[in-house]
Amino acid sequence: MGSRPLLIPSPRTPNSIQELPTIPVFSEQQKSKSTSSEQASNAVINKSNSSSIRSGSSGRSGGGSVKEVSFSNSSSKPVRYGSSKRGGGGESEGFSMSQKELRDEDARIVYINNPEKTNEILQFAGNSIRTAKYSILTFIPRNLFEQFHRVAYIYFLIIAILNQLPQLAVFGRGVSILPLAFVLLVTAVKDAFEDWRRHRSDKVENNRLASVLINGSFVEKPWKDITVGEIVKIAANETIPCDIVLLSTADPTGVAYVQTINLDGESNLKTRYAKQETQSKQRFDFGGIIKCEKPNRNIYGFQANMEVDGKKLSLASSNIVLRGCELKNTSWALGVAVYCGSETKAMLNSSGAPSKRSRLETRMNSEIIMLSCFLVALCTVTSVCAAVWLKRHKDELDLMPYYRKLSFSSGKPKKYKYYGWFWEIIFTFLMSVIVFQVMIPISLYISMELVRVGQAYFMIRDDRMYDRATKSRFQCRALNINEDLGQIKYVFSDKTGTLTENKMEFQCASIWGVDYSSTKSGLEIQPGEYFTQVDGKVLRPKMNVKVNPELLALSRSGIEHKEGKRIYDFFLALASCNTIVPIIVDTPDHDVKLIDYQGESPDEQALAYAAAAYGFMLIERTSGHIVIDIQGERHRFNVLGMHEFDSDRKRMSVLLGSPDNSVKIFVKGADTSMLNVIDKSSNMDIIRATEAHLHSYSSMGLRTLVIGMRDLNASEFEQWHTAFEAASTSLFGRAAMLRKVAVNVERNLCILGASAIEDKLQQGVPESIESLRTAGIKVWVLTGDKQETAISIGYSSKLLTNRMTQIIINSKNRESCRKSLQDAIVSNKIEGGFDAMTSQIALIIDGTSLVYVLDCELEEQLFKLASRCSVVLCCRVAPLQKAGIVALVKKRTAEMTLAIGDGANDVSMIQMADVGVGISGQEGRQAVMASDFAMGQFRFIVPLLLIHGHWNYQRLGYMILYNFYRNAVLVLVLFWYVLYTAFTLTTAINEWSTTLYSIIYSSLPTIIVGILDKDLGKRTLLKYPQLYGAGQRDEAYNKKLFILTMLDTLWQSMVIFWAPLFAYWSTDVDVGSIGDLWTLAVVILVNLHLAMDVFRWNWLTHFSIWGSIVATFISVMVIDAIPTFPGYWDFFNVASTGLFWLLLLGIIITALLPRFLVKFICQYYFPSDIQISKEAEKINGNQIQRENFERGQIEMLPISDVPPR
Amino acid sequence: MMEPHSAPTPKKYSKKPKYSKFSQQELPAWKPILTPGWVISTFTVVGIVFIPVGLASLFSSESVEEAAIRYDDKCLNEIHAQNAVAFIKSDMTNKTCTTSWTVERKMQGPIFIYYQLDNYYQNHRRYVKSRNDKQLVNPASEGDTTNCYPQDKTNGSMPIVPCGLIAWSLFNDTYKFWVNTKSLTVNKKDISWGSDRSHKFGSKVYPKNFQLGGLVGGAKLDENIPLNQQEDLIVWMRTAALPSFRKLYGKIETNLEVNDSVEIVIENNYNTYEFGGNKRLILSTATWIGGKNPFLGMAYLFVGGVSLLCAIVFILLYVIKPRPLGDPSYLSWNKNPGILK
Repeated sequence: MGSRPLLIPSPRTPNSIQELPTIPVFSEQQKSKSTSSEQASNAVINKSNSSSIRSGSSGRSGGGSVKEVSFSNSSSKPVRYGSSKRGGGGESEGFSMSQKELRDEDARIVYINNPEKTNEILQFAGNSIRTAKYSILTFIPRNLFEQFHRVAYIYFLIIAILNQLPQLAVFGRGVSILPLAFVLLVTAVKDAFEDWRRHRSDKVENNRLASVLINGSFVEKPWKDITVGEIVKIAANETIPCDIVLLSTADPTGVAYVQTINLDGESNLKTRYAKQETQSKQRFDFGGIIKCEKPNRNIYGFQANMEVDGKKLSLASSNIVLRGCELKNTSWALGVAVYCGSETKAMLNSSGAPSKRSRLETRMNSEIIMLSCFLVALCTVTSVCAAVWLKRHKDELDLMPYYRKLSFSSGKPKKYKYYGWFWEIIFTFLMSVIVFQVMIPISLYISMELVRVGQAYFMIRDDRMYDRATKSRFQCRALNINEDLGQIKYVFSDKTGTLTENKMEFQCASIWGVDYSSTKSGLEIQPGEYFTQVDGKVLRPKMNVKVNPELLALSRSGIEHKEGKRIYDFFLALASCNTIVPIIVDTPDHDVKLIDYQGESPDEQALAYAAAAYGFMLIERTSGHIVIDIQGERHRFNVLGMHEFDSDRKRMSVLLGSPDNSVKIFVKGADTSMLNVIDKSSNMDIIRATEAHLHSYSSMGLRTLVIGMRDLNASEFEQWHTAFEAASTSLFGRAAMLRKVAVNVERNLCILGASAIEDKLQQGVPESIESLRTAGIKVWVLTGDKQETAISIGYSSKLLTNRMTQIIINSKNRESCRKSLQDAIVSNKIEGGFDAMTSQIALIIDGTSLVYVLDCELEEQLFKLASRCSVVLCCRVAPLQKAGIVALVKKRTAEMTLAIGDGANDVSMIQMADVGVGISGQEGRQAVMASDFAMGQFRFIVPLLLIHGHWNYQRLGYMILYNFYRNAVLVLVLFWYVLYTAFTLTTAINEWSTTLYSIIYSSLPTIIVGILDKDLGKRTLLKYPQLYGAGQRDEAYNKKLFILTMLDTLWQSMVIFWAPLFAYWSTDVDVGSIGDLWTLAVVILVNLHLAMDVFRWNWLTHFSIWGSIVATFISVMVIDAIPTFPGYWDFFNVASTGLFWLLLLGIIITALLPRFLVKFICQYYFPSDIQISKEAEKINGNQIQRENFERGQIEMLPISDVPPR
Repeated sequence: MMEPHSAPTPKKYSKKPKYSKFSQQELPAWKPILTPGWVISTFTVVGIVFIPVGLASLFSSESVEEAAIRYDDKCLNEIHAQNAVAFIKSDMTNKTCTTSWTVERKMQGPIFIYYQLDNYYQNHRRYVKSRNDKQLVNPASEGDTTNCYPQDKTNGSMPIVPCGLIAWSLFNDTYKFWVNTKSLTVNKKDISWGSDRSHKFGSKVYPKNFQLGGLVGGAKLDENIPLNQQEDLIVWMRTAALPSFRKLYGKIETNLEVNDSVEIVIENNYNTYEFGGNKRLILSTATWIGGKNPFLGMAYLFVGGVSLLCAIVFILLYVIKPRPLGDPSYLSWNKNPGILK
């Protein structure tokens, strides 16, 4: 291997590097965590090492433990909390209790290369998968079973069943089942179609081929036949057929690179390792036992151990490759299948987003309850009146021509269809429930789903929310909270990757106390064009970095003079002290190859590209050594040891053995942690100068890192080596021991300098934030960054302005925290009064203080203060604290909250908030997976909330009210008639019409309007973000509107009912004719009522409204043309009289007049903002459009210049 | 959702949403707003339309000549008044009764003769359902008496045609008219709907076993006349919508002059005493609006009047206190700057 084999610790080095983080220091915490069901269900949260530890620890000790949380996180280390999974192994730390014995009953035992024995006792699932839900046989029962999970359908069903009882048969049997059958059928057909497609894709998937080791040779076998225990060989670029534990790979050190894009959407390569013990096997005579945990859905954790040749080895998630991943840059890999088919982690994870319930729907429930009470009241009135009527006519009932209680047909008179008092009342009650069933607008639930699908369609299709850079559309992952977008009051935003692009760019450096920053040098910054030649081929980094020519010249000047030496060490540190994997990519030009730095931290990538630009190009990395091309010369360094980043140390280090046998340790880390371990005895002025530079960098909004190094002498190295060996081979407490080793060696460092990386603001962020603020939305930024960085980003994103009063809370203990909070509140109050509204306050609080706040009763005070501030900036917060802050707001206020973020560290916040928005950015897809809506850029939040949110809320709010009205008006007309039929629930309106009412007569317009109607145009909504306040103030749906609507309903139903009643009293009108008049009056009225409230009439609206009325006429005619119905030809007879048409006209005008009057008075004399803007839009519509065209669409403007610093 | 097997499709199609006015929700649309002009003209138009219509209805309703004679009480002499039910049920009593009425204003023929029943729930649920429409039209299904119980079969289990309570309770009072001692012909043809005669009641269906049971509900039918010619039955079977209703009895084709004295001989057979119903005989002319009912005209006048009043009020309000439409200075944040900014 290396030139100094002695120094290579052991053949296990590669493994031990990977195993570092897998050591169960927190084993008790993990236990508590893995038992906590909440964590189990949210596997996504537990994604990364650092965050999962935190969540674990807080899980253990409840709220009080947040303390540790923040300490462990207050760092500006480039590694972001969520994404800090350096190296493949890091991910599993939170989970693997690798050294803990798996209890036998919790384990599955896999005999490597012995599938027969493996499956002998317990048959593990085969590898065939079945995403299809149904087979032909099970389709009907299962589909019905699933459909009846909805309350609405159960209600339908109960009513239909009630109607089947002969005593209660109000409607014909067919009629009563029709609506339910219709809905069930439509859903079933849709499900069947989807399932058929799944069947097809399953088939394709199951028949893919993989090569499997059978009797010593590899045989092609379809995926579905792979069983647990078999050895599978995977070639480059092949997809992994099942979850396999790596045994050996083409790489001698056992490395395999995999892409997990199908699994979690992350496109960067991840490293996985085969154990050295199995890697070294020359032939394929693998044997041994793997004992691993039962299948679970945690894709970032795996715990198992393997017994090979009598040695017991621990396995972690760095040793397992999951189904769905692809093997990259590795010519082959061998692995043993441990989970197959439905038990693979990928399959266990294929479930949808968690479902939330929209606030509008929750509110609607209280009105539904009111309507239910009303329904019960109507039924009670009917049955009580019926009872009284029966009682009063008790003596007459026997022979009364229209009652005839007695039957004489079989000689002796007997009672006919009369069941006694009690049952008559009960039956009347139940019958009235059947007749008045539409009072509960069940069809509303179905229409709402359709409307939301339609709204989602428009959101997805919106041009404004299409990200051209990443070619990604807006995604609606949750379909049932569209309207919540219109009521948001608080936006919690992550910073990096959300407000900023998370495309890190190396900006400047301070080396040995000299600032090589672009602004100072005065020299042109030029893009680096560094390249090197290998075997006659040009190798250049994939990304060019702007370089400082002065520094470039110095870096090329060699290491002879002192300055050059420092620069040499600085860039060597940047190139080596990381976990970047360089990958050589072919270009169309045969002689040019690109080096792509794959790594999980964008900061590290930026640093590696920067080093490459200055001539320190990392070309090769294996677990034992790295090759760096330094100014055209190749140098090979042995990697003697690496201390991974952890959140306690907040730094990482690497021990390099140079070809000249010297050993150096390079350390990079957050300034706070680094300055503690710098040797302060000498070079004090350099340290001071660096500190000054650090401060200026971070106040420019740059992310800073401090780099230090130290030469190790032989004895120090030996000492470290022994300790490191001992630690990495120890079975218990490995992480703690390794950390101790690291802390011991990372001391007395000599400061090399500091780097500054720019995290650019995303396009349109300042404008977006301004819009949101104008819309009355409070924007809270929660970031892990340092306070200075956060504040400067705050300024550049217009979150903070110079007019604002800043309250900064930086407390180190509870008392001072309490004091500063109180001071802030008091001073704010004094300053406040009537002036409070005009002067804006910004609260800046750091994670440490938040620990104390979230810890205790200070929460209340913080909320009091924060709710008065227009901006809150929380710096250095841990992922779980983010969720804690969201929870704090959610708990204390009924306002809606929205969380937006892009990384794994935002997942808990996204899930906590009422609406979670994920940004599909650089950091993978965990945020998107957990979110309700996902989009490409932060600025899309403006059209999302101000346009779509506003529309969705307004549309759905109106739709709910309208549906209540629409159904209630019919029920009331039916009810009034019951009063004139001796309370016997005769319906004048034909039973078919009653049924078709909510299917054909009036359903389409409300759905079309719910999807398409717009109160205001996009431009107006963007121009006046204040209009968003309508949703925040519940203007489209509230109790007052509900009651007004119901009063209107009452009036309209009375007009519909009593006008014909008076006109036809004592005439020869028959039931069917007056019923037809009522039917048509109700249908025309509800459709015109809707028409009166429509804001925009496009052809679809016209079509649906007039079409519904025409369809009703046709339906009524068809029904009346069926001779076996009692109402045969009624319509044609009654329609030939003038009275009929005069009544129809009179009813409609009279019923609508009050609404028209009130509507006009409200709109004209008490206009809402929406109303005024609507008028403005109409009156100077053209003018506004022209203006906007000239100005450009406000939100859509890219930032033209660099944000002020 | 993670769908591991549905890898990103290799063929790259642009995911960019295709631009269309529809998908961008920018379909051309008419955006009506309630301007004072619109509202005032709407009210005015409603007023202008409704008042004449109301006047016309009222006028034509007034032009209808109608005579309503309640006879269920008149046709009981003092002896029977005590026990009306027994009287009406008895086969022995003489139920003929005579009343007279003087024409007050000229009645232009045809004059419609109705009988009116009050407090009679022909729309009662039990009653409405008690019929079988198939049996009425199709001779083959005369045995189909579902829904007709208890008037479905005779004691000998023979199907009753027409079955059910409605047919059983067929109205059986009859009226005869003399004007100036000259008998008036009552035309009982075409008193039912033609559609009923042609499609609802069969021309080959004859009454069978009708009113043979112990309890006779009303009129008997001639078994030699097919149902589609039994017009009284057809009229009766169109169940009335309201508990106070009229049914056409016949038409008098001639005119009745002022001061004509009309003598009416009533066979008071139908039992309404049992449940406190009233019986009336109506002689009425008709206009395009139907019978005599001022309600529609009054309602139209009222609504029209209110509309005109609204129009006037809004015109005044508009003159006194107009609001410029779409003036941004009325926006709440412009009125009270500082609330949000």
